[in-house]
Amino acid sequence: MKKLLTALASVALVSALSISAVAADKLKVGFIYIGPPGDFGWTYQHDQGRQAIDARLGDHAETVFVENVPEGPDAERTITRLARQGAGLIFTTSFGYMDPTMNVAAKFPDVKFEHATGYKRTDNVSTYGARFYEGRYVIGQIAAKMSKSGVAGYIGSFPIPEVVRGINAFLLGAQTVNPDFKLKVVWANSWFDPGKEADAAKVLISQGADIITQHTDSTAAVQVAEEQGVYAFGQASDMAPFAPNALLTSIIDNWDDYYVDRTQAVLDGSWVSTDTFGGIDSGMVFMGPYINMPADVKAMAEATAAAIKVGELHPFAGPVYKQDGSLAAAEGETVDIGSLMGMDWYVQGVDDQL
Amino acid sequence: MSPYEAILLTIITASTPLLLAAIGELVVERSGVLNLGIEGMMVMGAVCGFAAAHVTGSAWLGVITATFAGIATSLLFGLLTQTLMTNQVATGLAITLLGLGLSGLIGSGFVGLPGVKLANVAIPWLSDLPYVGRLLFGQDPLVYVSISLTVGVAYVLNHTRMGLVIRAVGQNHASAHALGYRVVAVRYACIAFGGATSGLAGAYLSLVYTPQWIENMTAGRGWIALALVVFSTWLPARLAAGAYLFGGVWILGLYAQGMGVGIPSQLLSSLPYIATILALVIISTNRRLSLINTPASLGKGFVPDR
Amino acid sequence: MQLILEKRAQASSIMNLWSPVLAIFLTIVMGGLIFAMMGKPPLTALYLYFIDPLTSWWSIEEVLVKAGPLVLIGVGLAVCFKANVWNIGAEGQLTIGALMGAMVPVLWGEWQSPLALLAMLCLGALGGALFGLIPAWLKTRFGVNEILTSLMLVYIAQLLLDWVVRGPWKDPQGYNFPKSVSFEGWHLLPIWGDGRMHAGLLISLLAAVLLFWIMRHTLKGFEIKVVGSAPRAGAFAGFSHTKMVWFCFALSGGLAGLAGLIELAGPIGQLQPNISPSYGFTAIIVAFLGRLNPLGVIFAGILLAISYIGGEGIQIELGISSKITQMFQGMLLFFILMCDTLILYRLKWISTKPNQHSAGYI
Repeated sequence: MKKLLTALASVALVSALSISAVAADKLKVGFIYIGPPGDFGWTYQHDQGRQAIDARLGDHAETVFVENVPEGPDAERTITRLARQGAGLIFTTSFGYMDPTMNVAAKFPDVKFEHATGYKRTDNVSTYGARFYEGRYVIGQIAAKMSKSGVAGYIGSFPIPEVVRGINAFLLGAQTVNPDFKLKVVWANSWFDPGKEADAAKVLISQGADIITQHTDSTAAVQVAEEQGVYAFGQASDMAPFAPNALLTSIIDNWDDYYVDRTQAVLDGSWVSTDTFGGIDSGMVFMGPYINMPADVKAMAEATAAAIKVGELHPFAGPVYKQDGSLAAAEGETVDIGSLMGMDWYVQGVDDQL
Repeated sequence: MSPYEAILLTIITASTPLLLAAIGELVVERSGVLNLGIEGMMVMGAVCGFAAAHVTGSAWLGVITATFAGIATSLLFGLLTQTLMTNQVATGLAITLLGLGLSGLIGSGFVGLPGVKLANVAIPWLSDLPYVGRLLFGQDPLVYVSISLTVGVAYVLNHTRMGLVIRAVGQNHASAHALGYRVVAVRYACIAFGGATSGLAGAYLSLVYTPQWIENMTAGRGWIALALVVFSTWLPARLAAGAYLFGGVWILGLYAQGMGVGIPSQLLSSLPYIATILALVIISTNRRLSLINTPASLGKGFVPDR
Repeated sequence: MQLILEKRAQASSIMNLWSPVLAIFLTIVMGGLIFAMMGKPPLTALYLYFIDPLTSWWSIEEVLVKAGPLVLIGVGLAVCFKANVWNIGAEGQLTIGALMGAMVPVLWGEWQSPLALLAMLCLGALGGALFGLIPAWLKTRFGVNEILTSLMLVYIAQLLLDWVVRGPWKDPQGYNFPKSVSFEGWHLLPIWGDGRMHAGLLISLLAAVLLFWIMRHTLKGFEIKVVGSAPRAGAFAGFSHTKMVWFCFALSGGLAGLAGLIELAGPIGQLQPNISPSYGFTAIIVAFLGRLNPLGVIFAGILLAISYIGGEGIQIELGISSKITQMFQGMLLFFILMCDTLILYRLKWISTKPNQHSAGYI
């Protein structure tokens, strides 16, 4: 009897160990989203990245996500929960998660954190972002070529540096084709408010804009553009299904490679805290298919993107003049990284005031 | 299209959901019931309308489904407040909450899908008139529905027996009951009407305004509709004026931004709400206007003595 | 045959006690049904939702942290609603209170002393109270419905906060992102334990107990109840309705403002555009769930906090949408309202005969 019990116990122990060994093999990777993956915008692209981890590293890693997490104490709690549940790597995909991420990171030194678009780092917190403004420069050029009225409408979310960079890069790109190109800006005060974005698009069109671009996440604006027969650019994901005749291209965020690389680094043990700010060169930003435009415009756009990719062309290369007339970068220089990160001024030609 | 025309069209689009929801609530309140659940009914209408339109491919089926969704939600409110005598304010809030949550659940499979848009109806020949043609005669059908409902409600309330009964029930339900009118039945009917128009308003949002489904896409419009009813002192004509005024302020705020006027966008965005408060103050100050039309039994539950 | 309500001769004390229990039970059953319809295991889901949040110390801490502001705002609203004054704008008062209290760390960041924290708390309460007096004034002076005005002011308050945080009070070292300087030292509430539980929880508890005592044992409490349920009797007794409106808005606004400041000086630690996940609105449910009784509000706040935490757990474990939480809260409010009816009324089947009294004339 005693032998039987011992045997059974050993079998149980071995099975338990092997199960836990198998389970312990897989790295748990957590994701915190500000919105729903179905927004077809910012969060959608992050979720694509998450699925890439599942697809390419599925034998060694498994992912879990929480959506619609408001910035603030709720975020801290959710990140903590993921850490407690054994996540080894956590991606927090919105700027407002910065302090919650730092707080939780301090309590869980063995867990690695990746914070999108932030600027605070420690040993176990990395930051990453993408040079979306490179894409803005390209579409700015396309806009100037395709517009008949010489006026574009920009639907902004919030006047944070990332959005202002985008506006400036767009206009700088447009000005290389048409120095008198004008840009009108309406602020939606939200990342995702389709009703307001639709209204903003209509208002901009009524004020003479025949090209609409946005730094907000819904497809409402491109739908309005489709209805009213003007051109539009998509944001974060390829919005062509929503505006097949109006869409020219979209700036697409591609987090797949970065996410897989970082996960692999944790698996290898080679992960260190870094700050990544990739652009067209690393594939973090790429342009959606160019449609509804003549071949020469397409060729120009491709050439510009290629030039940016190899570093020949910098969207903020001098001379760059601020709206108040002062010089931000002289001929031969580029606007420095500090000014870029904290950008709170417009270039000349923007029909708005900050 | 001239900028003037374009702006007016945008204002009409922005004002129509408000008018639709508010005209129903006006009838509800005239019968003495205060239904704060407009937001919930509207959003249920929006999600059900979108879902039906997406599945069947027909925007009109979506509109009909939305109307029924609104009616169903409102009947829940009716059951609680008319049969079970619960507090109307609290119940209205509960309906809003339930509607927002349930619609989010139902709609979770529909986020990010392209929608079906209700096509504009261009009345032949009339819509080709210069300036006013497209504006007055080339709108989508629900705009015409909203106008006809407003006119219809005004007519029914003031010139028919049914309207008289509704008003009587709202003014003094005890006397109305003594006269033999079925107070609870009348109120149920009005509540259902309010639910139908709120559902329609929701359908407008998800099938015309921005043909897609997003959680909480009503964005507080239900509350604006409530304010409009008070502002209108329960008169349909004034309600229509208020709805278009509000839509106007909303759109002009965006317009001013596009013009590059240096006013902070947050201030421009708050103008509609400030305007609403001011409008309410102006109306309420004129005691004659407000008191005369307030249904005296508004918000009070009715239990027949047996 | 018809189901009707018959008024009881006097309020049933049995139902008074059992009504919330019945409501919670019905919500759980309904919730289980919904989970089953969604194809998720109902018992597991219910366990994760209601029980699991209480199984680990960390989780209990989170429930309390979440319940703190709900209770603080809820007790104020409970008093308000008891007097039939409908303050729906607690969210706005919370925002303005936070804004005013944040003046200390933003404008006088070098002032580090316990007095600074006290000043923040006082300013928070003051800010909320003053903002709450706007609808009070509009109601008493112009007769404007306070539900609508207090609600419109919520939007205005949030836009004001947005402008302030993006403009004048932006952190100069913050790369122009919309956040103020991080609060430090005496500008943060004392914490204990894991670092999440803060002194604000004590303030919530204190407020609830205090208000309970006031409602039960003082003349003011009596006045509030009379003005709310029998306004004419109140008028005869010399209780001023106007003063009651002012008092209620000042009280609930002040508590909401205090709650807002506590959130800032506690879990958040800086001023940012989003400081509250609709605490001001959820507190309305908490007030009703607590049957407008300050001690009941404590339990209701904890219950609702559990529903939030449980909702997150369900999202992660079972992949159920976060919307389920709002649905549950709405359902709970529904069932509470329905079950409360049974306190004052009795359900009865009667047979319908033609009504002899309606001869068509008075």
